[in-house]
Amino acid sequence: MNKILELLEKNSTLTVADIAVMLDKSEEEISAAIEQFKKDGIILGSKMLVNWQKTTREYVTAFIELKVTPQFGKGFDQIAERFYQYEQVKTVYLMSGAYDIALIIEGKTLNEVALFVAEQLSPMDTVISTATHFVLKKYKQDGVLFEQPQGDERLVMMV
Amino acid sequence: MNFSNLLNNTLTDLPPSGIRKLFDIAATMDDVISLGIGEPDFPTPWHVRNVAINTLEKSRTKYTANAGMIELRQEISRYLQRRFNLSYKADKQILVTVGGSEAIDLTMRAFIKPGDEVIVPLPSFVCYGPLAAMCGAKVVNINMRAEDNFKLTPELLKNAITDKTKLLVLPFPNNPTGSIMEKSDLEAIADVLRGTDILVLSDEIYSELNYTSTRHISIAEIPDMKERTILVNGFSKTYSMTGWRLGYVCAEPEVITQLTKLHQYAIMCAPTTSQFAAIEAIKNGDEDVRLMREEYNYRRKFIVNGFNKLGLTCFEPLGAFYCFPCIKSTGMTSEEFCNKLLTQEKVAIVPGGAFGESGEGYVRVSYAYSIDHIKKALDAIARFLNN
Repeated sequence: MNKILELLEKNSTLTVADIAVMLDKSEEEISAAIEQFKKDGIILGSKMLVNWQKTTREYVTAFIELKVTPQFGKGFDQIAERFYQYEQVKTVYLMSGAYDIALIIEGKTLNEVALFVAEQLSPMDTVISTATHFVLKKYKQDGVLFEQPQGDERLVMMV
Repeated sequence: MNFSNLLNNTLTDLPPSGIRKLFDIAATMDDVISLGIGEPDFPTPWHVRNVAINTLEKSRTKYTANAGMIELRQEISRYLQRRFNLSYKADKQILVTVGGSEAIDLTMRAFIKPGDEVIVPLPSFVCYGPLAAMCGAKVVNINMRAEDNFKLTPELLKNAITDKTKLLVLPFPNNPTGSIMEKSDLEAIADVLRGTDILVLSDEIYSELNYTSTRHISIAEIPDMKERTILVNGFSKTYSMTGWRLGYVCAEPEVITQLTKLHQYAIMCAPTTSQFAAIEAIKNGDEDVRLMREEYNYRRKFIVNGFNKLGLTCFEPLGAFYCFPCIKSTGMTSEEFCNKLLTQEKVAIVPGGAFGESGEGYVRVSYAYSIDHIKKALDAIARFLNN
């Protein structure tokens, strides 16, 4: 059944009927499995990957490294929960290595993101330090290239 | 100069490729949805390209041994043993060629004398007949039949054999039909060949694209068949390395010695960069092959189901990356069908007749395309059928 997940992870527009054909299963089996995956929190949602760089929308992405003090008895989970409440925070990871928490933040302008860090994150008691890195250009995300280097270059040949 | 007097008339008499006209039209159109290309759509795996880049950086660009780098031949030997239970000695029984195509050409030139008969089962890849004809062969075509799932049957073979028969071409897994020869099919062919001196040119370029629960079987694995078999394979389809132009041929030492002599005079050696890349591919590429095969298999099921639903019935192709739906129900010839489909819906596929008379009434559809692309093409074909 992991095959269903592999297929959907690559292309969430596949229908139940498509997947049933590709995996030699009945549509009922596939749709029951997908329902179960949703129930178990294995399938969490599906969305389109949009290259905003090609639109006129003002848009910046930043990576924030945070050093924090874990709270006694609650570890990092409670701190992470504080971070992910914010609408601007799109991703929250607990990290090994030189810092503790990584956030990916999206905003309209550099200034908006910088102020969010300065006004919302830095003042928190548990936050020891922050480092903000702005994304200048996206080349690849979730396995997808943002600038297609070339189209189908195959020639029509008699092979 | 009057070239028509100067050129070899065997060459000038060869028919031009049967689909040129269609693709000349396609080339002038925008937004053609092609299912016409017989070439993998995956990039060559990065680790393979990376090795090639590294060897270029180190300027490792000299000629190699005529037969190919011994490291590569050793890896080919190990691979054939590991994957297909075939045992060929690296130093005596393997020659690295410029694609499988060169191996086919060399084999024809090494064996065919004017008047020899070469049996070519059709529909199949278009090169065998012309290359044999250039050597003065009489090409004897066998029309494989839809009711046999386009396999070569012992009866058809028996009817084609005469005392002049020199060589049988065995093009499986098959382009354009996607048919394969299973072990029992090959055993039946072996029964016909046993006791004769007929050679077998087994073109197994699609050997890794086999969608049965078992693996590809080579005729060389069938008892008494190895000695007469000239086995051709290559890197193009297996590792998505078409432009690298690298193939190989395996046979008895006596044969390889002669093929190597011819290769040495005509080619010198296969491209060095490609050989380095091929070593990496064949040593560390099993997982790439598995993933590509899995992806092709999804597409195969998808497209076969799609055509059957459209009423263009399609036997289950168990090899390569083609399906071969029957279009007889439309009342059109395969060329008419493809022409109209191209002009009306901008979908490019290949008429089955281009691969031999017995392909008439069928079309070759390649599924070396993404599922989304295949969906779009199937939708367009559905619209075409409704009009």
